Amino acid sequence: MKLFHSMLAMLLLIVALPAHAALKVLATTPEWGALTDELGGDKVNVYIATTAFQDVHRIDAKPSLIARARSADLVVAAGAQLEIGWLPVLLQESGNGKIQPGNPGYFEANANLQLLEVPSSVDRSLGDLHPLGNPHAHLDARNVAIVASALTARLAQIDAANAAFYQQRGEDFQNRWKAAIARWETQAAPLKGVGVVLIHRDQVYLCHWLGLKELAAIEPKPGVPPSAGYLAELVTKLAATPPQMILRNAYNDPKAAQWLAARVHAPVVLLPYSVGGTPEAKDLFSLFDDTINRLLGALP
Amino acid sequence: MAALLFGWSALPVVSYADDEVSTLRAELNALKQEHANQVSALEARIDEIEAEQRAAAALVTPANTPPANTARGGASAFNPAISMIITGNYANLSADPSTYRIAGFLPSGSEIGPGERSFNLNESELTVSANVDPYFFANVTASVTADNEIAIEEAYFRTLALQSSFTMKGGRFFSGLGYLNESHSHAWDFVNQPLVYQAFFDSQLAQDGLQVKWLAPTDTFLEFGAEAGNGDSFPGTRRNRNGLNSQALFTHVGGDIGDSTSWRAGLSWHNAHSDDRPYDDLDAFDASVVNAFTGTSRTWVVDALMKWAPHGNATRHQLKLQGEYMRRAEDGQLEFDTLGTNLSGDYRSHQSGWYVQGVYMFQPRWRIGARYDAMDSGNPSIALVQSGALSSSAFPALLSATPERFTIMLDWSPSEFSRLRAQYAWDEARLDERDRQFLLQYIYAIGAHGAHKF
Repeated sequence: MKLFHSMLAMLLLIVALPAHAALKVLATTPEWGALTDELGGDKVNVYIATTAFQDVHRIDAKPSLIARARSADLVVAAGAQLEIGWLPVLLQESGNGKIQPGNPGYFEANANLQLLEVPSSVDRSLGDLHPLGNPHAHLDARNVAIVASALTARLAQIDAANAAFYQQRGEDFQNRWKAAIARWETQAAPLKGVGVVLIHRDQVYLCHWLGLKELAAIEPKPGVPPSAGYLAELVTKLAATPPQMILRNAYNDPKAAQWLAARVHAPVVLLPYSVGGTPEAKDLFSLFDDTINRLLGALP
Repeated sequence: MAALLFGWSALPVVSYADDEVSTLRAELNALKQEHANQVSALEARIDEIEAEQRAAAALVTPANTPPANTARGGASAFNPAISMIITGNYANLSADPSTYRIAGFLPSGSEIGPGERSFNLNESELTVSANVDPYFFANVTASVTADNEIAIEEAYFRTLALQSSFTMKGGRFFSGLGYLNESHSHAWDFVNQPLVYQAFFDSQLAQDGLQVKWLAPTDTFLEFGAEAGNGDSFPGTRRNRNGLNSQALFTHVGGDIGDSTSWRAGLSWHNAHSDDRPYDDLDAFDASVVNAFTGTSRTWVVDALMKWAPHGNATRHQLKLQGEYMRRAEDGQLEFDTLGTNLSGDYRSHQSGWYVQGVYMFQPRWRIGARYDAMDSGNPSIALVQSGALSSSAFPALLSATPERFTIMLDWSPSEFSRLRAQYAWDEARLDERDRQFLLQYIYAIGAHGAHKF
């Protein structure tokens, strides 16, 4: 009986513990995790489910992630079906009511944005299409600002005791971000109109923002690896409008990009894609610094 | 001087007639108007060009609507998620599949063995699921077999969020014991289940009952579950009794080792009762008899799984290693020839089985795998034989044996929704014959996106 009592006490202790800690956030991707860190400071404890070296489409609902979802106060997801294969499983398995879609504890970055490439019809013969639009929206720095203000509001709503803290921190971030955008746009002026080839369509927002011209994508359809025939066709097609660079993310398979680079005589530019994708991309600011530096460095 | 000049030049203007001023004003206004027209025309043209560019790049941006709201409205707005999976195979078997048997084990049922020869349509699986209301989620998985039968594989409700991470599931569901038991056949890494699942659970244990799971609030994954059911699924039977005829308890623990490796391990226990669970056998004179077991079956399951991918990026390379060990004790009565002689005596057995398997993705879309199965029937104690009432040859299905099987496979998945597989197995489940099984399989999924379970 004594043993039973002490076990019960221990159990209660375990259950009661998280209530006193900082706001627990499970972010699905490094960029939105980094933003939550920027906005929440030491009032949030952020666990990031994936790294910039992982293809976020292809993640399993790992035990470690289910455990984090269980105790999370807030899930910050990219949304627009980027995590469709695994986030619904995490939410189900977590048994955590706070983070179910529709509750304040579930935040989708893309729900605040006007997404590009919303298909007028979807069919799997067209590849792994996202019915709500291209979900890789963070590489347009202006989108980060929009998501930041929505996330600030959400943090203030969930953790009302620290609302003023989040508001103030949010304003500070917006000011620094606005200045940074102005700086990046000036720096990136020479990139306007530069022809590029993408691998997956995950650099579309970057191109859209900085005025890079996408000439082609190495994937013939989203999520579909290129065949030899398609690549040969691409070489012919690109002969008329030679690209100045081929963009590759840290997590992309480099093979097809390198093959194409040798034939169209354009360098493959490795971009961080998200925080942690290159040694230089340590936070959101350096993510864009490094991305633009690498692009400028590849200009002839 | 300048002021004087200005004053002088200004003076005559004043002296001009009033009508001239109004003419000038009118001209100025006309100019202004023309300018404004030109500006708005230019603006319109710019808008037009921008719209054209957007259309050309197939970038359709809905006007001021958050994307999540685009597909709402209409009677179909609340349609559940629907997916259908079709599977089939071609089988080349060296031994007659109708003689298939896992030697030394009380036969489980129809779900064992490699299936029939030549082309086979396997089950077509239809899953319909949705949230019911703010409190419940419901899921129905029906399988349509090649002989035009519909079987409900799973039909359950689950709570969306009880307090403190308790989840309750009810209806018919695959038990949470072990690792493979919850997976549907299209998610298996080989065409068929390990021998130990076939022998101990007739491929998979389904419960018609209730399951409660609790997830511990720790950073390491730690889950506890308890189930109670009517015992209808092998090794139990329906018993025309109130109460719980099948109980299961399980716990799973898991986590990550660095960026690249994830693991999960578990321990499960299952208890079922059966009344007159029949099986077909031959007696000492090779005549068909029906025997039956009445008693309890208690099974322990230990499972372990590890996945490795460079940086955790499973698109190019991935290694998946898994193994499960099961030990079952059966205690009860064995009836011989229920339709004729009808003799009955005590029956007790301790039997075990295990498998290990590894699957490696060596390049995108391509995986190779190997699996080894081993079973040990032990020496069941059969009172009818020990007392001398019958000879051991009266129970050929229960002659002591150590069945084993070695399987290799290669599969190619053009996308997440299709998979083609070739598999070759050396199967020594029968007492005296090796079966060489070559299988080609297809799996196609249409409809709602499947879940990436660990």
